[in-house]
Amino acid sequence: MLRTRRAFDEELAELKQELLRMGAFVESMLDRAVCALAQHDVNLAKQVVRDDDTADDMDLDIEQHCMRLLALQQPMSRDLRTIGTVMKVIADVERVGDYSVDIARTALALADRPYFKELVDLPRMAAAVGDMHRLALQALVHEDLDLVDQVAAKDDEVDRMWGGLLQELIEIMEQRPEVVRQAVHLLLAARYLERIADHAVNIAERVAYMVTGEFAQLTERHKATIIE
Amino acid sequence: MERPRPILRPEGPIVVETVGLNVHYGSFHALREVSAAFAANHITALIGPSGCGKSTYLRCFNRMNDLIEGARVSGQVLLEGEDVNTPETDVVELRRRVGMVFQAPNPFPMSIFDNIAYGPRLQGVREHSRLEEIVERSLRAAALWDEVKDKLRQTAIALSGGQQQRMCIARALAVEPEILLMDEPCSALDPTATFHIEELMLELKQRYTIIIVTHNMYQASRVSDYTGFFLLGELIEYDRTEKIFEGPADPRTDDYIRGRFG
Repeated sequence: MLRTRRAFDEELAELKQELLRMGAFVESMLDRAVCALAQHDVNLAKQVVRDDDTADDMDLDIEQHCMRLLALQQPMSRDLRTIGTVMKVIADVERVGDYSVDIARTALALADRPYFKELVDLPRMAAAVGDMHRLALQALVHEDLDLVDQVAAKDDEVDRMWGGLLQELIEIMEQRPEVVRQAVHLLLAARYLERIADHAVNIAERVAYMVTGEFAQLTERHKATIIE
Repeated sequence: MERPRPILRPEGPIVVETVGLNVHYGSFHALREVSAAFAANHITALIGPSGCGKSTYLRCFNRMNDLIEGARVSGQVLLEGEDVNTPETDVVELRRRVGMVFQAPNPFPMSIFDNIAYGPRLQGVREHSRLEEIVERSLRAAALWDEVKDKLRQTAIALSGGQQQRMCIARALAVEPEILLMDEPCSALDPTATFHIEELMLELKQRYTIIIVTHNMYQASRVSDYTGFFLLGELIEYDRTEKIFEGPADPRTDDYIRGRFG
């Protein structure tokens, strides 16, 4: 292959690695935010809030890298789809960072008193959401449609968890008005997690486009896979 | 089993199409079983590496291959449904209906006016006022009128490369063709002149059907509605331009437009 094209392929591979590094960083923000929430760890929560700037810098760096490749390499076909996908996906990853900061702020708001019950479901939901995010980015790097389908399957699971948590917290608030403040914050945290799952689905949809060249809602793709 | 070729048949009226077209130059099989249809008032770009057969294919539409010694054409070229490869075909009339613009501008060594009037005069137009009318209309259509209207009697050789190429387009338009074939029309031009020609093509497709051979994929992606990819004499893929450049079906097309050949 021509040397210039080989160099471009290396740049594309590097771009994906940058995205993977940003994804890993944001995922660690999410892990720490949920840990800070579960364990009333104020310092950890503050660290996550500060890390948002780093995530934003990574977002900007990758976007600039994409723009540079578009301008200098004038990519076509699969290369064009890859760069377009990365540009779209970094916005989703950046939003995951923002939601992690929101969860960290929730941890700060709730740090002053013990919970009315031990947090079990929320960390479990966070683990599932973190898996989705990681799987979606791995799908992108490895151009793997099986991983895309796994993200869709996990989204159904997360939706059920969110529905269960919502119901449970409403019932608690109805019975125990003194914990409403805590319960509302926890409900919001669960809602942030559910939104992160949606961003993971967005990423997976983009990966499906990147690989196939066809736009399709993941829900449709998921249904089609189930029917098959 | 071999998969069917991703060859699209455009929607809407078809002006010209080829059916199982083959060209041999002596023992060399330059074009292999090419079947494709071309939509009226659209621009179709033909791309592919050098020697892939795209210019040979272009020359089939107005039988320019007749002029090449040892060239043998089989299969059909249907212009408005009529096969042009029959002995009864009036080749001069065919070339009036299917005009051609070449890679390097080729002004005749005469005035701008005489260049444009050349075709109509051959067709028997003698009346000067009629010729003046044709020259003005053709130069306006080629977006050159304002630049040359005061020097129509000057030699065409003095024009810039971009102007010469637009004059050649005007000369092709003077005989009122239906189809305009363009073989690398911008390869000898600078980017500004290239953009002028591309703008002009977008104007011209309102009235004409354009088929362009280009090595410049960015030109193909900018101006064309449909794109065909040739390789080793075969039409590998033919589809809407956005499909070809965003997500072609054949991996060979993908390799070529991503510059992964060679």
